[in-house]
Amino acid sequence: MPLSIELSKPKQRESLNKRHFKAKIFARFCACVTWMGTALLLILLYQIFSDGLSWLDWDFLNNFPSRFPERAGIKSALAGTIWLISLVAFFAIPVGVATAIYIEEFSKKNLLSRIIELNISNLAGVPSIVYGIIGLTIFVRGLSLERSLISGALTMSLLILPVIIIASREAIKTVPISIRSAAFALGATRWQTVWSHVLPASFPGILTGVILALSRAIGETAPLLMIGALTYVAFVPEGPMDSFTALPIQIFNWVSRPQEEFHQLAAAAIIVLLTVLLAMNSVAIFVRHKMEKKLQ
Amino acid sequence: MTTPAVHLKSISKGRVRWLEPLIHSGLGFCTLISIITTATIVFVLAKESFGFFQEITPSEFFFGTSWVPMFKPSSFGVLPLLWGTLIVTFGAALISIPIGLASAIYLSEYASAGKRAVIKPLLELLAGIPTVVYGYFALTFITPALKVVFPDLQVFNALSGAVVVGIMVLPMIATLSDNALKAVPDSLRQGAYALGATSYEVTSQVVVPAGLSGVMASFILAISRAIGETMAVTLAAGATPNLSFTFLESIQTMTAYIVQVSMGDTPAGGVAYQTMFAVAGLLFVITLTLNIISQWILERYREVYQ
Repeated sequence: MPLSIELSKPKQRESLNKRHFKAKIFARFCACVTWMGTALLLILLYQIFSDGLSWLDWDFLNNFPSRFPERAGIKSALAGTIWLISLVAFFAIPVGVATAIYIEEFSKKNLLSRIIELNISNLAGVPSIVYGIIGLTIFVRGLSLERSLISGALTMSLLILPVIIIASREAIKTVPISIRSAAFALGATRWQTVWSHVLPASFPGILTGVILALSRAIGETAPLLMIGALTYVAFVPEGPMDSFTALPIQIFNWVSRPQEEFHQLAAAAIIVLLTVLLAMNSVAIFVRHKMEKKLQ
Repeated sequence: MTTPAVHLKSISKGRVRWLEPLIHSGLGFCTLISIITTATIVFVLAKESFGFFQEITPSEFFFGTSWVPMFKPSSFGVLPLLWGTLIVTFGAALISIPIGLASAIYLSEYASAGKRAVIKPLLELLAGIPTVVYGYFALTFITPALKVVFPDLQVFNALSGAVVVGIMVLPMIATLSDNALKAVPDSLRQGAYALGATSYEVTSQVVVPAGLSGVMASFILAISRAIGETMAVTLAAGATPNLSFTFLESIQTMTAYIVQVSMGDTPAGGVAYQTMFAVAGLLFVITLTLNIISQWILERYREVYQ
């Protein structure tokens, strides 16, 4: 009876019922744990809204920070965030997309291109606070840009550059080679092919990546703290050389105070921050949805 | 009436000829920026750390057990900071790895297309929430909730930091591992089912081993992210360098220390200022090593299915 030898292994001696029972329990466990994870999101949102919603009104958006909670607002922080993101978009998008184009369309596949690729994926994993230290040393001190919007924007641009490059490369890779061949066959140069065919075809993917990268920049706090964005700014910045504060900095400042009221103010500011992020992400999802439809 | 021929004529050959190499080198220059960034990071951290190690011996830094950089008598042993980072990361991994893997298994093996379409975007949303918001969540929700279980919990404590960082990296593990498990071809599953295996046996003995390189890489990336995480641990775990095995007291991580220095009025150039770079250098080396290991695992152990 050769079969009984096989069956006598401990694993296979378990009865079929027991094995099915185990499978059922495991499936239930995985489902439970997953829904628990998503429930956390609901708890988090509930906590924020129950804390902050009552503080959210026009005065809150239109007042400068104050040591009296009832008079405090986020006007300078909101203005700072808008300034910062506009500057970051101005610096990071062209450089990031250009790098992706160079790697995918122009560079030869050799040791150098391999090093460049490895370098970019490693830059994406560098902790944001390290970028903050570099921003402090190079932009604030080295180039004497002081604790200005431009220092913050340059630091943040370096931080999100790898994200933009990686997303844009993925988007450019999805453009079928036949489109390029058609352009080359008509006598177009490499750049003409990229500009008139590859970029338009990969535009939705690049846009999605850019928006995700910018929303990361909006929420980043540590690098701005490092370069010394101020926590008390009672004016709206008027140019890139002005000092500034930003929404996450203001939130950090309020959260780190002991009084309950300031925690609630922080929650109100978080609602504003999340609304901005959600709006940007919805655009990304909408564009991706449209793109998927078009590809089908 | 512009015909294609007219259009083509309007681009003179000469313009194309000088424009093309110009654009080529312009794009190349943009690519250089990321190389320059890496070089700058390494150079700045190395230069300032070198200055630091002329004042403080490496053995005092790496093996000293007391971290008092600001006051006299000062002491520069990095172990308490390293320990703080370690226990937060360890706690975070303890929470996020089992839950993250179970979620990934549920998403890729059990969930219907409809449930997947709900859970995946929710996880992406969780991943997109700024870390300072998690810090707020730790202080206003997690710490009070934990206090019910552990009455002698301090306001700032390692446990709350570990829990919040665990929650933060959870979506990352779940989505990356889900991608890895999804990439395992169905024929392997069908083969196992045909041999009479139950769904648990298929998952634990076929699917997870087949996707193990991606799963392991996601764990390591998450750990690297937890080590570099700053705002949530600064807010939740506090600023007290502490070298004792405790989850209930305030500690200080390497990142939280860097924030503390940058927010104070430490004059540039002194040893106290240079500590920031030495600690950041250590942080950079640790996270870089972990990232390289995760890439190596992905490439070395990737199973390629036809």
